[in-house]
Amino acid sequence: MMVFGIDPIVLIASLMAASTPILLAAIGELVVEKTGVLNLGVEGMMITGAVCGFIVTMETGSPGAGFVAAAVGSALLSLIFAVLTQVFLANQVATGLALTLFGLGLSALMGQSYVGLKSPSFPAVNFGPLADIPVVGPILFNHDPMVYVALFTVVGVWAVLRYSRLGLILRAVGENHDAAHALGYKVVRIRILAIMFGGACAGMGGAYLSLVRVHQWVEGMTAGAGWIALAIVVFASWRAGRVLLGAYLFGGVTLLQLNLQAAGSNFPVQYLSMSPYLITILVLVLMSAGRRRNALHAPGSLGRVFHASS
Amino acid sequence: MKLKSLLLGGAVALGLATTAQAEDPTKVGFVFVGPIGDGGWTYEHNEGRLAVEEHFGDKVETVFQESVPEGADAERVLTQMALGGADLIFTTSFGYMDPTINVAAKFPDVKFEHATGYKRADNVSTYSARFYEGRAIQGHIAGKMTESNIIGYIASYPIPEVIRGINSAYIHAKKVNPDVEFKIIWAFTWFDPAKEADAAKALIDQGADVILQHTDSTAPQAAAEEAGGVITFGQASDMGEYAPMPRVSSIIDNWAPYYIARTAAVIDGTWESVDTWDGISTGMVGIGEISDAVPADVKAEALALKDAIAAGEYHPFTGPLKKADGSDWLAEGEVADDGTLLGMSFYVEGIDAEIPQ
Repeated sequence: MMVFGIDPIVLIASLMAASTPILLAAIGELVVEKTGVLNLGVEGMMITGAVCGFIVTMETGSPGAGFVAAAVGSALLSLIFAVLTQVFLANQVATGLALTLFGLGLSALMGQSYVGLKSPSFPAVNFGPLADIPVVGPILFNHDPMVYVALFTVVGVWAVLRYSRLGLILRAVGENHDAAHALGYKVVRIRILAIMFGGACAGMGGAYLSLVRVHQWVEGMTAGAGWIALAIVVFASWRAGRVLLGAYLFGGVTLLQLNLQAAGSNFPVQYLSMSPYLITILVLVLMSAGRRRNALHAPGSLGRVFHASS
Repeated sequence: MKLKSLLLGGAVALGLATTAQAEDPTKVGFVFVGPIGDGGWTYEHNEGRLAVEEHFGDKVETVFQESVPEGADAERVLTQMALGGADLIFTTSFGYMDPTINVAAKFPDVKFEHATGYKRADNVSTYSARFYEGRAIQGHIAGKMTESNIIGYIASYPIPEVIRGINSAYIHAKKVNPDVEFKIIWAFTWFDPAKEADAAKALIDQGADVILQHTDSTAPQAAAEEAGGVITFGQASDMGEYAPMPRVSSIIDNWAPYYIARTAAVIDGTWESVDTWDGISTGMVGIGEISDAVPADVKAEALALKDAIAAGEYHPFTGPLKKADGSDWLAEGEVADDGTLLGMSFYVEGIDAEIPQ
């Protein structure tokens, strides 16, 4: 079956892979924002993860080790943000922007001797006969491991936030940090851990770009993916399931745009390119309409500075 | 990247300040659109810069800035270089055309050389290479090698140079394989590895088993290698690390002789504003080794085509040719003039697509 000269099964399978970097970064940022912290440094953490993952993969030859290194490297970078905003009570917006600029510069410096090298391939998981099932096989059972890691992370975050005690604590800290503090929860410690989780996720997302999608390190290669991840969290109104939807929408539109061109369609691609951003703007407008703030699930303490004595 | 540009700028300024009181070597500046490690376009320009350094030794000092966006930023970088005492500045991307002209008007004593553009001034030369000659050879190999009869083309911006390449490749693919079809993706970037990789994958998903690229990174090569059974051609640089498969040949830009000649002209005081457009015959366009993945007879034909172009016996745009809208362009045996080629904004007959505006 072909639609406008495009095979939808192939398109869906490719968009799952193409959306993985922004999906990982967005689900990490979702957890961070759920605890009431706005970290605008996603782009910086992604690019740092991309370079850390690439360096370790080139040195060890193992993309798996590269992804672990990317997660650790970006979590360490996010610790700078955590210390500045949670311990020294710096402004979160300014610190997050600084983290992005710092990450871009730092990664360029670290990656200088790795420009132009080619990373080893990262084979798809072998599901044996499952991959041969029509329709379902190519869509679900023919990806590299990170696609599944990203999907399990989304499911895990959804389940933890919804059903577990830990999820309740995270949400309590994000909704009202004073109340959570009064109940005896360590607000600052919980937030620092959440920020590091977000950093690790963003780092793996970045490494997916350098290790799977492009197979090389290029300065500034995230090209705004971190900002898209931030937009997805707002678009998803802080719900894990909708983050998945948002990531596939953003990733899918980009891919659809290229596929439509390849199929020779004369549909103006600019409309497709701008559509996810239009939807995000619409969601933001709805959110800022005040009364609907609760309906959109923005955490109550998002972006507010917490100090135990105040 | 901003931070790095700042630091680089500072370093350049410092370097110039300290060497100013020395014996005053000729300073040659280079402005690059991508990083020097892109493995393609900018890499080869930087090789040319290194050749200039090696050839002149202490008599010449070079400065460069990489990843300079096309537009207003380029004007700032150029102004900074000119103020820093550069005697000759090479601007190596089409989008630097207006910034080069603007800055050149403010610095009449500095010589400028703009690659691939068409605007000149008393102190601005233009230079380019006849890449379409190399595209003809690629088209020939592509037409012979494709089994799906679908050839994917990753185009950058809809400018004459890129359209010329598409037409040249198409004409020669069609000549050896009448069933061939071109699928073209406009990436609207010279260098964005993620987007180039996605574009290559989209073309492969659409059945293409040959990928031609007019973008600068090796990402499409990596995507083709991953997919398997797809052939590619190195763009601007040999990209030999992907040989023998997927990369079966390449177009290599060799700027070094030109850069050395022009720098020598500045030193001698004989520099004049000129328009240079060289091809395979002078070596400005090189054809990378055709790998063993190509059958011997196809390889021999491709090399014969190369020799015929180099000797001036054959022009890739020789009639009869029609435009895509069906109107006549070249009569039997007629050869396209450079003016038409330089302003080319139409597809030849058979390419079923529209050029984005």
